[in-house]
Amino acid sequence: MADTRYTKDHEYIRIEGDTGIVGITSYAQEQLGDVVFVELPSVGKKVDQGAEAAVVESVKAASEIYAPVAGEVVAVNDALESAPGTVNEDPTGSGWFMKIKIADSSQLNGLMSEADYKAYLDTLS
Amino acid sequence: MPQGISTEGRNRESGKSLRFSDRGGAHRTARPGSFARLSPSGITMADAAAADTPLLQTPLHERHVALGARMVPFAGYSMPVQYKDGILTEHLWTRENAGLFDVSHMGQRFLIGADHATAARALETLIPADIQGLAPGQQRYSQFLTADGGILDDLMVTRPADPAEDGVLYLVVNAACKNDDDKLLEKLPLTFIRAEHRALLALQGPKAALALARHASGVADMAFMTSITTTFDGIPVNVSRSGYTGEDGYEISVANDKAVAVFDALIAEPEVKPIGLGARDSLRLEAGLCLYGHDIDTTTSPVEAQLQWSIQKRRREAGDFPGAARILAELKDGASRKRVGILPDGKAPAREGTEIMKDGAVIGRVTSGGFGPSVNGPVAMGYVASAHAAHGTEVELMVRGKALPARIAALPFVPNRFFRKQS
Repeated sequence: MADTRYTKDHEYIRIEGDTGIVGITSYAQEQLGDVVFVELPSVGKKVDQGAEAAVVESVKAASEIYAPVAGEVVAVNDALESAPGTVNEDPTGSGWFMKIKIADSSQLNGLMSEADYKAYLDTLS
Repeated sequence: MPQGISTEGRNRESGKSLRFSDRGGAHRTARPGSFARLSPSGITMADAAAADTPLLQTPLHERHVALGARMVPFAGYSMPVQYKDGILTEHLWTRENAGLFDVSHMGQRFLIGADHATAARALETLIPADIQGLAPGQQRYSQFLTADGGILDDLMVTRPADPAEDGVLYLVVNAACKNDDDKLLEKLPLTFIRAEHRALLALQGPKAALALARHASGVADMAFMTSITTTFDGIPVNVSRSGYTGEDGYEISVANDKAVAVFDALIAEPEVKPIGLGARDSLRLEAGLCLYGHDIDTTTSPVEAQLQWSIQKRRREAGDFPGAARILAELKDGASRKRVGILPDGKAPAREGTEIMKDGAVIGRVTSGGFGPSVNGPVAMGYVASAHAAHGTEVELMVRGKALPARIAALPFVPNRFFRKQS
């Protein structure tokens, strides 16, 4: 049963067993505008919670993507290399960035639920 | 009969004739009290609660918001960075059709002397372009210079076409620099008018002429870098054939209270869409055009910036402009560094500030860089030591700690398509 958690940096992690699929939220892609380049980590890279894990670039600017939890990168979405605009079109589906093997599932408790994230977005507008 | 380029400002200031020769001590700027009077629907302070620093708004602010623009602070103004379509679509639309930009934040200024030679001589003390030699209706690009040849701002200078406007110069300067520019211009022995009562629109793209000609007569056969006074659906406007995208196009100066009417009529044309500052930046970068504060500033000379084409022969021979010693030496012997185009081999954009390396040594920095939608890849410009400035030179760009291969490339990245008049 999939659960999705959110960070204040507008990343999501969709939990599937002991791994999580990481991407950016619809709000984030809208704020960024047209995504023209995504730099993904190499598979096997170990990341700390909050560490820079990827970079997403719009026409205007580059933004870092932070690891929502610590773990090992076990897969990346290579399709973004030739089609970075997928991040805009389907951020929570085919526009995912990486799959992380979660090192410590208790870190998930510090992230926002979907309801919490929606409430957080309301504070930003 | 359309009003002249400056008559509005001048008549309101003087209430007198077009002929204006009281120059002694007449350094006038628009008085604070005249601000509201000159701009009933014009530039107003934004709602103070909306931001820590109140942002100025252009007369088109409500239109931008109604069109779903994302408004951002820019040079003290709230400006549209993009509309609903986004920067990529807006950029490509402008290259194929026509884009309408609100550039009312830019500084429109008038200098008025007894006659053209008087006004031109005075302005030439600040800039290296030949203004005395400007024909009526002609426009030139130039730079305000420091005493050591750095660039304080870049600007467009127009001599109005109408003989009744003899002695008037119309300037367009950068929004972020206009207050500093004013301090220079106020000191000239000329009448000085800050035309805050006028809005400025840019209509750019291969279909700009088609769309504008439906509303304004005489625009279709204007030569590049010329200016006329005409009417737009009966509204007095000043139109120049110039722009900042590398495409054919126009800049349209209009009274603030008529700006919405002109804007609405143009975006109703099937070829025209409103375009934000985001696409304006990517369009000018692909066109190899400098952005002040990034590609040029007080540390760069016009020769380093490869703008020597804008210093005409008479001024070079006279050497009578600020920083002439350095600039003439650079013209003769070459500058030690040059502004160049840079094309990364891969897909990662190299942003402003990126170090440019050759054989392990830093040879320069990127001053503007990003994604070029028409190039469909990353593009950049920056300064490198002249020894490494040849087109095709292989260099490396330090992006996030990695050395990415790139090469020095010719500017512009997209061929300029300025209008060439058939004679």
